Amino acid sequence: MSKYFLLQDSERCIGCQACEVHCKTNKSLSVGPALCQNMSVGPVEVGGVPRVRFVFMPCFHCEEPWCLNVCPSGAIKKRDADGIVYIEPALCIGCKSCITACPWGACQWNPTTSKAVKCDYCKDRVDQGQKPACVTKCLTQCLQFGEATRLPDHRRERFAKTVAADSFSLKDMPAGR
Amino acid sequence: MTSNKAPNVSGVESSGRRTVNSLCGMCAVRCPIQVEVEDGRVKWLQGNPNDKAMETSLCSKGAAGLVMEYDDERPQHPLIRTGERGTGQWRRASWDEALDYVAGKLKEVMDEYGGKGVVLSDRGGPFTDLTKSFLKALGSPNYFNHDCTCGRNAHHATQSLFGMGRTGAVYDIKNTKHIVLYGRNLIEALQVKEAKEFINAMSAGAKCTYIDPRATLTASKATRFWQIRPNTEYALNLAMINHVLEEKLYDAEFVDCWCTGLDELRQAVRPYTLEWQEQHTGIPADEVKAFLREIAAAAPRVMFHAGWMTARHSQSFYTSRTSHILNALFGAIETPGGVCLSKKAADAGKKDIKSLAGRIPKVEEKRVDGLGWKYKHWDTGPGLLHLLFPAIESGDPYPVGAYIVYRHDPMTALPDPDEQKRYFDKLKLIVSIDVNYSETGWYSDVILPESTYLERANIIASKGGLKPSFQMRDQCVAPRFDSRPAWWIFRELAKRLGVGEYFDFETIEEIWDYQLEGTGVSLKDLREKGLVSLAAKPILWDRAEGLKFKTPSGKIEFISQKLTDAGLPSIAPFQPPKELAEDEFLLLFGRSAAHNHGHTMNNPLLHELSPENALWLHPDRASELDIGDGDLVEVMSDGYSAKGKAKVTPWIHPDAAFLLHGYGRTIPLQTRAYQKGIADQRLQKGLLTVYDPAGGGNVLTECTIRVRKA
Repeated sequence: MSKYFLLQDSERCIGCQACEVHCKTNKSLSVGPALCQNMSVGPVEVGGVPRVRFVFMPCFHCEEPWCLNVCPSGAIKKRDADGIVYIEPALCIGCKSCITACPWGACQWNPTTSKAVKCDYCKDRVDQGQKPACVTKCLTQCLQFGEATRLPDHRRERFAKTVAADSFSLKDMPAGR
Repeated sequence: MTSNKAPNVSGVESSGRRTVNSLCGMCAVRCPIQVEVEDGRVKWLQGNPNDKAMETSLCSKGAAGLVMEYDDERPQHPLIRTGERGTGQWRRASWDEALDYVAGKLKEVMDEYGGKGVVLSDRGGPFTDLTKSFLKALGSPNYFNHDCTCGRNAHHATQSLFGMGRTGAVYDIKNTKHIVLYGRNLIEALQVKEAKEFINAMSAGAKCTYIDPRATLTASKATRFWQIRPNTEYALNLAMINHVLEEKLYDAEFVDCWCTGLDELRQAVRPYTLEWQEQHTGIPADEVKAFLREIAAAAPRVMFHAGWMTARHSQSFYTSRTSHILNALFGAIETPGGVCLSKKAADAGKKDIKSLAGRIPKVEEKRVDGLGWKYKHWDTGPGLLHLLFPAIESGDPYPVGAYIVYRHDPMTALPDPDEQKRYFDKLKLIVSIDVNYSETGWYSDVILPESTYLERANIIASKGGLKPSFQMRDQCVAPRFDSRPAWWIFRELAKRLGVGEYFDFETIEEIWDYQLEGTGVSLKDLREKGLVSLAAKPILWDRAEGLKFKTPSGKIEFISQKLTDAGLPSIAPFQPPKELAEDEFLLLFGRSAAHNHGHTMNNPLLHELSPENALWLHPDRASELDIGDGDLVEVMSDGYSAKGKAKVTPWIHPDAAFLLHGYGRTIPLQTRAYQKGIADQRLQKGLLTVYDPAGGGNVLTECTIRVRKA
């Protein structure tokens, strides 16, 4: 796997799909290919209230990318330094093998160029110390990006706060959280 | 400067890379943005991180601004109608020709009816000094905005209690412990900063009670969801107030100090018990009781949201009013986590920007819609647009001959466009000034294309809030087509109508200098950050002494003298919604995060996210009609019918059907959105001139429809 991880906190996600548009505008993609998609499931009833879950689907940048293995022209590459899997457009012959092979639907067809396209974690931005477009402009910061070993997990913090809040009376809760 | 060249802000046409701080223009929220420009082309849009509440976040519409800019399906040059209105026959005109034509027609109207015979509507916001100045210069009192189909009921309700308007109430969501929302779908009818605050508060353990006949995505984030019977929230509020008073759950100290009319309020709500409301709303009395205990424990860090878009039913005004009464009863006023009072530049000890309208003599004529003289309990500011239509028809109190629609689309926003056309046909001139084709623009005589928000600069905006600020929309790139900024269009018209002296600015920079004079804020400061805050930290007045309410009594008026004088009760008796026939539904409408009303339906990427709407129906009602999920259905209302897909879901109340608003466009040049989905406003037959008698807002959710399998 790449050394990066793109974490989605579904609790904070509002399903606005801005990530999808941030991605497409950054990559100058028109209607059709979606390098990431925020899938929503629900609403279902959980304890008397409606609940919707969101599952963010970019490319997972597999350790052994099936797309790379089937690519006949060597267009799909994996960077040694960080494991980002990307397509070199000049080498892509448009055979769509990667689209067939990817179990996650990450490889997409770009009708404008007649080549395959996929998420590269916005490697140009990452190389400049920035985060992918979807993460940078995420409306609620439900998307986080970083080295997998260093990502903070707000889910633990939130759980701890909820447990703690139950043990305080509401009036005691501090202001300006 | 000739009309042949767009008046660009200096430096816009230079090559190389620039970062421009500006304001988004994809919806009326106008979020602060940063725009990366390379060799005259927009490369990247993001939130302006100089605004700490915004950071670099941007919504899908904001991101799709880049696609809007480089899309060709918008008016590219002035158009003058050649065929019958609405038939789509146009000819290209130069700016000089189009402006001469419009000015000539306006002159005819003014010669015959006086300046007051010209009316204009826009969609409000922080730049209306320009449009108001234009009308004022012409001698017309008839400035309107869109608010009769938006927040007028909440606005007037807020005014009757606190003396300030709807936006004078600032919801301090980030510090709240419990937010109560009556259909305020704040993660889909989206304002970036508000949605962020909401999610931050919920992440930090706040509670949210969401009350709506439909489960929106906001409902899916709430800790409690009440699927209330449509148009009955007022019954719930009356019963809650009664219970709070009976059980002494309220903040007696705050109420004694800052509120008047408690005894009369107590009398007025006495008949309404929690059990009584249950038969109207369907919400179990026990649940409401438990909820109110929770609220009382969390008070004053609680808020009952008085609504944003409240043009819903004939008691929406009283729903908003009683929501704010609950805020006052729980002492949740001007306190962290509650409802705070918006502050202006003067409250921060600063001088506000100089008004353009300030230089123009006051207009003494009375308004054509009767506000200020016939209807004295309403704010004259933006009028009530639905009252314009009967005045056009009758010529009473005087005739109207010309209507300028600027960034506003009444035929999408107000009910029954066919009925509107009947009134429009009596006008000598309809002009649309807009970035996009609008339904109304398509029916107009002249379309004057405004440059996009990335291609134009606006006058400087002064924004109220806990930290009042100045904000600016700067020009990022030169216009792609033969379009112009609004300040230039109105100036050119004013010149041709002999009132150019009030618009004697050659460039937007000259206007900015005029506006900023004496404020102590320089253009350089503004440009550097995109916004200048006038206060170092949020201004909260000391509740022990410092609250200022602009009501006659200077207090929060549970019983409003202004309403009494107008012959209206401050707490009206509850009117149950009209009984539905067995096969009828109440048609509700709303928004998704992907679109802004009707303005973005044709944007390539937003259209891709949400190309059409579907009619939500409850499974029990759908099965009676043999309708399954995804089936094609026909929706009918008083002679009009439309076809679309059904979405069968338990998350809509059985009495109601629901449609996302803005679909069913009829402009062939918008090839993507053309005839996709159902236009809810076309089903709102007979509702154009029906309104809440106390608040003045339209009653858009009193529309009944029938449905059958197509």
